[in-house]
Amino acid sequence: MATFLVRRSIGAILVCIAVTFVVFLIFIVVPGGDPAQRIAGKNATPQNIINIRHSWGFDQPFYTQYWVMLKKMFGGNLVSYTSQQNVLTQIVQGMPATFSLTIGASIIWLFFGILVGVLSAITAGRLSDRVITVLALIGISMPVFWLGIITRYYLAEGGLVTWFPDGEYVGITQSPVQWLSHMILPWLVLAVLFIGFYGRVLRGNILDTINEDYVRTAKSKGLTPRRILVKHVLRTSLIPIVTLFGLDFAAVLGGGAILTETVFDLHGVGQYAELSINNFDLPPIMGVTMYGAFFIVVFSMIVDLFYAYLDPRIRPT
Amino acid sequence: MAQQAGETEFTLDTAAELASDEPASTIRGRSPWYLAWHRLRRNYVAFAFLVLFVVVLAACALAPVYASQVAHSGPNANHVLETVKVNGHEVSVVSAGGYIDKKTGKPCTVSGTGCELFSAIPIGPTWFSAGGKFVLGADANGRDVAVRLLYGGRSSLVVGIGSTAICVFFAVILALLSGYFGGWIDFVITRFFDLFYAFPVVLLGIALGSALAINGFHHFGINIESGSLWIPTLVISYVLVPYVGRPLRGQVLSLREKEFVEAAISQGASPMRVMFSELLPNITSSLLVFFTLIIANNIVLEAALSFLGAGVQPPTASWGTLIADGQNLIVTRPWLALAPGIAIVLTVLSLNVFGDGLRDALDPRAKIKIEH
Repeated sequence: MATFLVRRSIGAILVCIAVTFVVFLIFIVVPGGDPAQRIAGKNATPQNIINIRHSWGFDQPFYTQYWVMLKKMFGGNLVSYTSQQNVLTQIVQGMPATFSLTIGASIIWLFFGILVGVLSAITAGRLSDRVITVLALIGISMPVFWLGIITRYYLAEGGLVTWFPDGEYVGITQSPVQWLSHMILPWLVLAVLFIGFYGRVLRGNILDTINEDYVRTAKSKGLTPRRILVKHVLRTSLIPIVTLFGLDFAAVLGGGAILTETVFDLHGVGQYAELSINNFDLPPIMGVTMYGAFFIVVFSMIVDLFYAYLDPRIRPT
Repeated sequence: MAQQAGETEFTLDTAAELASDEPASTIRGRSPWYLAWHRLRRNYVAFAFLVLFVVVLAACALAPVYASQVAHSGPNANHVLETVKVNGHEVSVVSAGGYIDKKTGKPCTVSGTGCELFSAIPIGPTWFSAGGKFVLGADANGRDVAVRLLYGGRSSLVVGIGSTAICVFFAVILALLSGYFGGWIDFVITRFFDLFYAFPVVLLGIALGSALAINGFHHFGINIESGSLWIPTLVISYVLVPYVGRPLRGQVLSLREKEFVEAAISQGASPMRVMFSELLPNITSSLLVFFTLIIANNIVLEAALSFLGAGVQPPTASWGTLIADGQNLIVTRPWLALAPGIAIVLTVLSLNVFGDGLRDALDPRAKIKIEH
């Protein structure tokens, strides 16, 4: 286990270093034109651009530029030149909203995803299965931001009814009830896509597992259908779902919820990046991209370690 | 051998003789493609949705005809100061704004709760009562939404299909190289895939899209200007390469161990020949399914990036930018945001259902799986 931990950590560190290099390439090397002008933002004065060129080392070789960028990123000195705000501070401020959104939504999508998958698998071929399949496909085909805009208008802004408060984030420490009522609609909207996706994957897995020999054995032993489903079928069918869940959870937390946050004005990390796009203010986008990727790398390492702990076969010798 | 064994014994030769007596029409070669087509043909739902997709495609392709013959406008033509005849009444395309109640959409007093200031109110859907003008209404700049919807569909479909083609092309090459050669080539390619799995798709798309949106791309003799549709197309195709490449690599890896590959190599076939004449035809069915489902995925991704401002750049219409425009006016003119969204849902749904049918037909045991 210790060797696995060490090897996996070294791997994660290497990926993180590669991530910083990719970020450097994306923002500084690949795009055309003057990088100083890009970093400075839309409304920069010529003097600003000269200062940035100097402080980011754009007049020096590329390895110096890379090194300067790393120092800025890890020293917490990354500043948006449009708003004059520190990027790291802004990201930390957005975290409670992003965490609230992701954790709540993931519980909903896992629960309903499994429910939908099981329901459609045990009624496979019947009307309810078909209805669920169609609904799941529609759920997968809807752009999450559009669903957000529409539900916010019709269910929260009073287009049809006013069941939910109209966007914004309220801290859980400030008022737990308000927090809950503000989060429910964003949670549901974010969860729809995943519910459809997980339901379909799980349905397929269950239908594959039902034909296994050990399920037939369980049947011939005279176990009740419910017991067979829960103890024998679902246990194996859920393994890929757990893997998917780990990856999706990390991806949503690492910035994937940007669209939902934007539509519902939650002021999370993703929305911070979105607001910066409108001004073409690159430092915040750089920061969110890199910290998001770091988060995913670390989180997937934790998931792997957890797996290795649960299932010794995964540990490499 | 057959002669030595005598006439009573049933051998392959006698079987062939017996078979030759039967009418020729009953023994017909059935290729996997024929079988797949046979299965697909009976899937009426998949076909109905394919027709829906073709209708959307045709409608968007005919956008210029609609614009010039029906709406008498262009995708970026500005009609702010004009009036239009609706059922015989002159109505201005964009009326002066004012305070509007967010709940009822009716004018209200400044002090009222839920009152919001709108700078301009465009005309709502006329549903052909204005002779084909402003069928779905106008946007805040007085542009015909129906025309922009069709032109936006063109950009969205061009970006969606184009990015899929580029993405699948590179994913296939990488998967073939990685699966055929193995060793350090495989190591480098899989590490490349792993690295890009670390970035959330939308975030990586935003990073590339916004960095390139300012000055465009000017390297290796390729010059792409900042407003070009090539930028979202390339960004999306690049972002998704690992998601298509990794499952394909797995397939190539298992095919690589099959006897027919060994046979081809022992006959002296070059690596190129093995990759493109032996391995590629065997992953074609997966490619077809991927192609359909990835187009659906890319249309949604394009809409998301354009909605956030990192995809198709205004004033060019795309379904994503149309939703972004419509979002601000949803209280007074909900159709501005509803119409492009419905267009996306129909298109993507049709591709998903057809892709599902295609998968069932080509691969009944469902080996092809997409990681999203």
